[in-house]
Amino acid sequence: MNSKPTALKALDIISIILLAVATYLALVYAPTEKVMGDVQRVFYFHVATAWVGLLGFVAAGVSGVAYLKTQDLKWDLVEQAAVEISLIFFFLAIVLGSIWARPIWNTWWTWDPRLTSASIVELIYLAYFMLRQGIDDPDKRARFGAVYTLVGAISVPITFLSIRMFRTIHPVVIGSKSAAADGGFNMTGDMKLAFFFALFAFTIIFIDLFWNRIRLGQLQQRIEQLKLKVME
Amino acid sequence: MKKEKRKSNYLRAIGAIAWKDLAAELRSRELLSGMLVFSLLVILIFNFALELDAKTRTSVTAGVLWVTFVFAGTLGLNRSMAIEKDRGCLDGLLLAPVDRSAIYFGKVISNLAFMIIVEIIILPTYSFLYNINLFQPGLLLVILLGSIGYTAVGTLLSAMSVQTRTRDVMLPILLFPIIVPVLIAAVKASNGYLQGLPTDQILPWINLLIVYDVIFIAISFMVFDYIVEE
Amino acid sequence: MIEVKKLIKRFGLKTILRGMDFSVEEGEFVALIGPNGAGKSTFLRILASLTRPTLGKVSVAGYSLPKESAEVRHELGVVSHLPLLYVDLTAEENLKFYGKMYNLPDLTTRTNEVLEMVGLTARRGDLVRTYSRGMQQRLAIGRAVLHDPSVMLFDEPYTGLDQDASAMLDDVLRTVAARGRTVVMTSHDLARTEDLATRFDVLSRGKIAASATKKDFGNGNLLSFYKDVLAEGKKQ
Repeated sequence: MNSKPTALKALDIISIILLAVATYLALVYAPTEKVMGDVQRVFYFHVATAWVGLLGFVAAGVSGVAYLKTQDLKWDLVEQAAVEISLIFFFLAIVLGSIWARPIWNTWWTWDPRLTSASIVELIYLAYFMLRQGIDDPDKRARFGAVYTLVGAISVPITFLSIRMFRTIHPVVIGSKSAAADGGFNMTGDMKLAFFFALFAFTIIFIDLFWNRIRLGQLQQRIEQLKLKVME
Repeated sequence: MKKEKRKSNYLRAIGAIAWKDLAAELRSRELLSGMLVFSLLVILIFNFALELDAKTRTSVTAGVLWVTFVFAGTLGLNRSMAIEKDRGCLDGLLLAPVDRSAIYFGKVISNLAFMIIVEIIILPTYSFLYNINLFQPGLLLVILLGSIGYTAVGTLLSAMSVQTRTRDVMLPILLFPIIVPVLIAAVKASNGYLQGLPTDQILPWINLLIVYDVIFIAISFMVFDYIVEE
Repeated sequence: MIEVKKLIKRFGLKTILRGMDFSVEEGEFVALIGPNGAGKSTFLRILASLTRPTLGKVSVAGYSLPKESAEVRHELGVVSHLPLLYVDLTAEENLKFYGKMYNLPDLTTRTNEVLEMVGLTARRGDLVRTYSRGMQQRLAIGRAVLHDPSVMLFDEPYTGLDQDASAMLDDVLRTVAARGRTVVMTSHDLARTEDLATRFDVLSRGKIAASATKKDFGNGNLLSFYKDVLAEGKKQ
């Protein structure tokens, strides 16, 4: 428990290597997009970070349900880890998206469904942390946190749908034939490689961070326990 | 037989909770007068902030009305739950041998009643001030559906926020990001009726409201236990 | 009437009750005394089905908690230091409201009986907002006995009451207990407790440290008994 598991150490190193390779593929290996130029390279990491945010979002909702079912504080740790990772990565995705949007759409920000939903998720997460901060009893804190992530997990897809019912200008890159307008493009084989590799690399990074964060939570809990023991 | 009795007990408890909220409120009028004055102030502020001349009015009326209802609603929800929490009344309700969800539904009914009373007063006032006919059956239906969704989630989250240290600030922060779909759909549908759009363009938004209402009433019914129990 | 075995209650990592054993026979009036933070209130909340036990067996009136909490609630009357009343309703309306929550038949008769018992018939139509603390507490007891429970729990019922109000509350508590009800009470007011209860249990560090009847320590010696028990606990 005290020393880091070897598997986790290995995963840390693999994650760093994957990140380096993904960066190389995105910035050097992939060909420059004809219309948009180099700024399009942001796209690889933009999608990958949003993907990690989404993974965290789903993981948070699932562990919220698991906590309510089992009342086991372990799931509260998992939920918090998922929320924190999702918060950071959605933020990165939004920032990267803005960098891309500026030259292409001529604006930092658009009220597009994905972008808006991601920022509403961010607001839900901020509310989540404020809620937790206002409660002293750890069981109650965990229960309220779980209920709120669950409510959020259900409302966000509906939010996404309802914003989509307004017209969207976000390009649909994959599975769309006439995407050339509004900053869409067709990926060449090399671009696809960079894109899917980035997705893969960030998935592994997600697992690595998730694992580390859960372990950190467990250690924190252990410290609390020892503190209580000493005080008695 | 026993089951039958339980069922009648459940409905009686829901009715009792809603009734005592309304009876107490009709006497003190603290909550309703707070919500009403606040609503009028919000409209007044919008009047100057947006310069509600005849042209802008048609396009922003729906938005102004819903922002007013949503803001005034949080005042009511907060107060209604604080009454239960402050004197330990929530414990009193929990001690009664009825399912906890009866407490939720009782509170939803009284909170919804407060919302509707405020709306019944605000709508003619707005009509009078800005010479817009708000009394169209479709628009009233949208307002009802939107208010149901809003109070369904609001009652659940106010039961949570009232138990935190920072409770007065907490409710809007928890509630607003969750009710974005209600707000979008209600504003869009209300706008549709005010602009006289054909029904088939408004219908998707009404469907969305109904779906949201059903989903969140069901979810709240399932999780309310976790919020009031220790 | 009440059986508690190896009860453990944790709040997160903090353990409040550590393997507590406790039992009460029918008709007993047990006073639970102990220092602040010993877990008295938590324990009563567990008996009242308001808080879930972490581990251990709890049964009240033959029903186990938390499984059969709905049945337990029928048998249970609770008075805490908060009145659990709605201040913008009258005394009568408060009782009728709670009567509906318990699904009682013939509410009017029962409400009249209870108001008579706690001595509030004359002011039944007044808003609870206008009541003194003592009257509110009497009405709170009326609310608790409305459905004629067989087990009553009192959590610090004297908090915030002056001498007169406390004396009046004594009378009401006696009437309640005299009907063969089982009572568990927590209180800091040892003098009053000594008059009312038949058995005294000291709760310290999440366990029952000692249990005695009046015969065991003689009249007027509850305080010294209590101090001895706590001193004993510190030595260990």
